[in-house]
Amino acid sequence: MTSALPAAVKATGVDKVFTGSRGEVTALAGVDLEVAAGEFVSLIGPSGCGKSTLLRLIADLETSTGGTLEIFGKSASQARQDQDYGIAFQQAGLLPWRTVRDNIGLPLQLHGQDKRTRAARVDELTALVGLDEFVDHHPDQLSGGMQQRVAIARALASQPRLLLMDEPFGALDEMTREYLQSELTRIAAETQAAVVFVTHSIPEAVFLSDRVVVMSPRPGRITDIIDVSLAGERDEALRESPAYFERVTAVREALHGTHVDRPNER
Amino acid sequence: MTTRATSIGWGVTGVLAVVVAWELYKYLGPAEGVTVGDTGDAGSGQIILPRTHDRAMPHVWSMIVRLFEPTSGGDSPALIVSVAAAAAVTLGIAVVGWLIGVLVGFGLSLVMQRWRLLEWGLLPWIVVSQTVPLIALAPVINAIGNQIDRSGTPWPQWLSVAVIASYLAFFPVAVGALRGLQSPDRIHLDLMRTYGSGYWPTLVRLRLPAAVPHLLPALRLAAANAVLGVVVAEVSIGMRGGLGRMLIQLAGQGSSDPAAPWGPIFGAVVLGLIAAGSVALIGVGLKDYRRGEATS
Amino acid sequence: MTPVEPRALPRWARYVAPIAVGVIGLGLWMLYTSVLGAAPRMLPDPVSILQELIARWDIIWADMLVTGTNALIGLLVGSAVAIALAALAARSRAVDGMAAPLVAALAVVPIVAITPVLNTMFGASSQFGRQAVAGLAAFIPVFVNVLRGLRQTRAVHRDVFRASGATSDQTFRFLTFPTALPYLTTGLRLASSLAVISALVAEYFGGPAEGIGTAIATYAKSGRADLAWAYVAGGIIIGLAFFLVASLLERLASRRSSA
Repeated sequence: MTSALPAAVKATGVDKVFTGSRGEVTALAGVDLEVAAGEFVSLIGPSGCGKSTLLRLIADLETSTGGTLEIFGKSASQARQDQDYGIAFQQAGLLPWRTVRDNIGLPLQLHGQDKRTRAARVDELTALVGLDEFVDHHPDQLSGGMQQRVAIARALASQPRLLLMDEPFGALDEMTREYLQSELTRIAAETQAAVVFVTHSIPEAVFLSDRVVVMSPRPGRITDIIDVSLAGERDEALRESPAYFERVTAVREALHGTHVDRPNER
Repeated sequence: MTTRATSIGWGVTGVLAVVVAWELYKYLGPAEGVTVGDTGDAGSGQIILPRTHDRAMPHVWSMIVRLFEPTSGGDSPALIVSVAAAAAVTLGIAVVGWLIGVLVGFGLSLVMQRWRLLEWGLLPWIVVSQTVPLIALAPVINAIGNQIDRSGTPWPQWLSVAVIASYLAFFPVAVGALRGLQSPDRIHLDLMRTYGSGYWPTLVRLRLPAAVPHLLPALRLAAANAVLGVVVAEVSIGMRGGLGRMLIQLAGQGSSDPAAPWGPIFGAVVLGLIAAGSVALIGVGLKDYRRGEATS
Repeated sequence: MTPVEPRALPRWARYVAPIAVGVIGLGLWMLYTSVLGAAPRMLPDPVSILQELIARWDIIWADMLVTGTNALIGLLVGSAVAIALAALAARSRAVDGMAAPLVAALAVVPIVAITPVLNTMFGASSQFGRQAVAGLAAFIPVFVNVLRGLRQTRAVHRDVFRASGATSDQTFRFLTFPTALPYLTTGLRLASSLAVISALVAEYFGGPAEGIGTAIATYAKSGRADLAWAYVAGGIIIGLAFFLVASLLERLASRRSSA
């Protein structure tokens, strides 16, 4: 792929070994991945395949033990300092003593933006995630889905070109989940941000993504990359279309294929 | 090195650090301490740093050497022997106080758990009673005990001391046990209900085992409080034989024998540790009931 | 039958029950002392205690000020030292390793026992020994709770701050400190009661002849039951005052700490 912009994420031969009290655990081995600017990529795989670890390496929450990792052509650490990405986790992780407004404004406050700029940006973001009426509420007054929308708004606060999401809808019920998936595709399209999305739901990965990266454990590595390339808008009709089911089957086979290869499992 | 050995190592270092700080200040500080606002009259001004001469701050090694010298000159037994004897008296009374406190506290927690109305009625008073210095009653309780004794019913002085100690011991047990008895999860209670289990089986099979992690720290605190209560009560009512009285007596001769009061002080420290440690031993036997316990 | 569900009690019972218990207790006390007249002479009836408290308020108040001031100074200094040391222990493995066993031991040891020695070190006319004992007693719960509080930041919150490129100062100001605040106020509430009790008890161990504790011991010995009990009431008032202020602080701080 040739593009004028540097890739949002470029990983070459990335390794991650954790050294704990019980010896060494190889969480990732030789991962190569490139995510283009504006592209939506999901990481999928069973527990322990290192998908969250890869995301945390990109976010510079962990440090790789081998290979190179570039975010928009810079080091992960520099990209973090420059706030090139926003991040959301499975837990919303809102500060309970702050209102919705102050939670969303937190990254801006940390980077010394004045109150008025913050207020204007928070107003935009609450409108974007549909929480205008709740700006002065505290997190404990919101449902799980609403808390997660606040977390997404917070991730978007510094207008990042890259959005990192670690199973952000994992703890939500199916209805809320589907609704937020649609919202996310809309937000991603509006903000033009690249997204790296960790999940273990196949339908979710297919519905959201341009490409699905299939990973397998022991040691964590990429086993397959599936081009979803579903044309047109991600809407509810898509969930019923034959093309969608075809991709779901493709991802499922890719996932299970790695299973069958392992001799000690039937 | 294992983690246990490491933490013991750090603990020893901590004790040594305190000893070094003591000796360092004694070496560097002015002999008569630092007094601000001294007008020249005797006793004026506010002393803010302690005196460092040997009568005020004996060397740590003098304190230790003193333990092995006669208690009060001549051929009286070594100080450490007298301290041990006094500590045994204090510990004995503390055990009685602890037992009374545990029985009362546990009984209260049982009835408060059984009848919500009693919890509402009693718990606020129990909590408030701990925030106010009711231990101030010690001299009064002793005076009452003396009157009862004179009026014919035998009431030895040590019983007053034990009663005061039990008052300090009962509170943590009452509150801790109540919290423990109320700690089983909804699903476990529902499960017992589906088995058609009544109050007593539920108590024995579910509530009591679930209460163990809450009960053990409460019992430990109660033991420490009982020791504290006995020492304080001995001092405030002037009962002979125990550590408290011995401490006051030796402190009275402090200017001629400054290292002596440290004997009973060390005794009290060891006693507190023994009391808390013995309860910790109970916990070892109950370790199966503490699997879910958060380490703290 | 098993009352798995607490039987439905009216909400007002929650407030009426403690009042009823108080009234019943007071009634029994009066019955025992005034009506039956069976009580020992050292247990006077509540009415005469109250009369004595009002009649002698001047001298009782003066001693309350002495004990209360000792407790307050001990509480403030002990808490300040505890906060500083807990902050150090949260950052330094060495400080934590040395302080943890010492504090655990201090918590089960009768600290007041060192009062006579402190009195020698600072002079018998100084209130310092009592303040120091109150300070030590207050130190323990504040240290333990603050240290716990400083370690309560959740992993996801730390990730959010790191991902936002927050400096360590900012992380402390916006995350660690607010997280620890409710723990601090809980520690202060426990410490406030301990400081009052310790300051009072330390008076039994010698030192200047002022203060609630000294007065109680004196009057109990000389058989002035009403006055001794009035002084006990004075001590209770100090304890309640400290407890109420500290509880209020705790209430304010823990408003939004859940969720």
